[in-house]
Amino acid sequence: MPAKALPSALEAAASILRGDERALARLITGLEDGDPAAAGTLRALRGGSAAVGQLTAQVVGVTGPPGSGKSTLVDKLISAYRAKGLRVGVLAVDPSSPFSGGAILGDRIRMQRAEAGPGGGLDPGVFIRSLASRGRLGGLSRATAQSARALEAAGYGVVIVETVGIGQSEIDIARLADTVVLVSMPGSGDDIQVIKAGVMEIGDVFVVNKADREGSDRVVREIRAMLETGATLRQDLALRQGGAAELQPVLKTVAETGEGLPELVLALDARWAKLNASGELASRRARGAAAEARSLLAERALAELALLEPGLEEGLAMEIVRGEREVAEAAEILFSAIRK
Amino acid sequence: MDRKIRVLVAKPGLDGHDRGAKVVARAMRDAGMEVIYTGLRQTPEQIVQAAVQEDVDVLAMSILSGAHNHLFPRVMELLADKGASDVLVVGGGVIPEDDIPFLESKGIAAVFGPGTPTSATIEFIKANVKRR
Ligand SMILES: Nc1nc2c(ncn2[C@@H]2O[C@H](COP(=O)(O)OP(=O)(O)OP(=O)(O)O)[C@@H](O)[C@H]2O)c(=O)[nH]1
Ligand SMILES: [Mg+2]
Repeated sequence: MPAKALPSALEAAASILRGDERALARLITGLEDGDPAAAGTLRALRGGSAAVGQLTAQVVGVTGPPGSGKSTLVDKLISAYRAKGLRVGVLAVDPSSPFSGGAILGDRIRMQRAEAGPGGGLDPGVFIRSLASRGRLGGLSRATAQSARALEAAGYGVVIVETVGIGQSEIDIARLADTVVLVSMPGSGDDIQVIKAGVMEIGDVFVVNKADREGSDRVVREIRAMLETGATLRQDLALRQGGAAELQPVLKTVAETGEGLPELVLALDARWAKLNASGELASRRARGAAAEARSLLAERALAELALLEPGLEEGLAMEIVRGEREVAEAAEILFSAIRK
Repeated sequence: MDRKIRVLVAKPGLDGHDRGAKVVARAMRDAGMEVIYTGLRQTPEQIVQAAVQEDVDVLAMSILSGAHNHLFPRVMELLADKGASDVLVVGGGVIPEDDIPFLESKGIAAVFGPGTPTSATIEFIKANVKRR
C-alpha cells in the first residue's frame, strides 16, 4: 500500500467528499475486487474526511434468519434517521452461490420506500449497496468492513449493514458493527431455533419482528429468559448487585407498518450514547479491526500457499494419510515454506 | 483481483408481473454474475440511481406494458446525466421488431424478444460488457 497517496487516489477521494455517488460506488467495487488502488483511495478519503472534521458514523448491524423482515426493518430505520437529518448508508450482504460464484441480491427491493424522498423525487441522502459474500462461506464479503468505513468517511452518519444470520456471518457482523440488532420472528414451532445458542452473545438489541403474528410475546419471553440465564452464568456482578448493568433490550416491531420503530431508534440512540460516553466505542472498533487484519493475514497466507511448489501440500497430505507424518509437522513445513 | 460481472435487472413502468425477469436473473446468477434484482414498477430515476450506487456493468430492463419507446430513452438520458453511459444496457419483454432500430439508436445495445433463450442474453453480455 502506498505511504503517499497517488494523485488518482486524492482525486477520487475529493470527488467522493464532494458527494459524487459514482466515485463512491467505484471505490466499493475496487475494495470488493481487492484492487490495491482502492486501498489507496480509501486511505486518502479517510484522511480528507478527518481534515474536514467528518463525524464518526454509528454502524448498526442487522442480522437474523432468512425472511425475518430485516430489509423491511432497515427501510423503516432509513426513514427514521433521515427524519433526524442524518444521511444513511446501507450495505446489504447476501451469500454467493457456492456452485457458480454468482448471486441474486434482493434486499434493495424492500428498501425502496425510504429511497423515495418527500415530494416523489429520490432522496440524495440515502446510499444503498448490495454485496455478495464472495466465497467467504456464510460470512461477510472481504470488503464489507472497508466499505462501511468508506461510507462513514463519505459523510453518512449512520451505516446499516444487513446480513443473513447464517454460519460465519454472525461473528463477522459483531466485529464490524458498533451495535448488533438481532432480528427474530414468531412462528415455525421451535422458536428457540430462531436464535441459536452462542449467537445470543452478539446481540446488543433484540427485535422480535412480525409482532402482528401470534406468538410474539412468547418469543420475547424466551429471549429474555435466555439473556437472564446468560447473565447469571457469566456471574454478571453488576447485574446481581442490582447495579448499572442491564439486560439488552428486547423489542417488538411490525416492520411492515412501522410499529415499534420509534422504540427501536430510542434503544439504538441510548446504546450509541453509552458507547461514546464510556469509551467502549474505540476499544470495540480496535478489537474488530485487529480481527479483520488477522483474517486478511490468513487469506494472504493461504494465497502464498497456493503459489508454493505444486504438490507440496498434497504430498504432505498423503504422508499423513499413510501414517508417515503428523499434521502438526505438515503445518510446520508449510509455514516455513511460506516464510521463505 | 476478483472481478465479477454485476447486473441490475429492473422492470420500469406499470407491468403486472416479473416472472420472465426472475428467470433471467437466476440464469445470470448461474452464469456467475452478481444480480441486483429490484422488482416491479421502477421509475427511470430509481433505476439509474440503483445502477450508479450498485456500480453495475450491465443494466437489463424488461417491459411488457408497451411504454418502451418512452421509458428506455429516458433511462439512457439519465444515465448520461450521471456520467454512466458506459453501462451496457439491454432490453427485453414484448417489443415489436419495428421499434428496435429506434431503441438501438438511443443506445440500447440489444433487444431480446420473448422467445430468446437466456443463454443468448448471457452470451451477449459476456461478449459486450465493457471491462474496466
Ligand atoms: N406480517 C408481517 N410481515 C412482515 C413484517 N416485516 C416484514 N414482513 C414480510 O416478511 C417478508 C420478508 O421480509 P424481508 O424484509 O425481505 O426479510 P429479510 O429478513 O430481509 O429477508 P432475507 O434478506 O431474504 O433474509 C416480506 O414478505 C415482508 O413483507 C411484519 O412486521 N409483519
Ligand atoms: Mg433482506
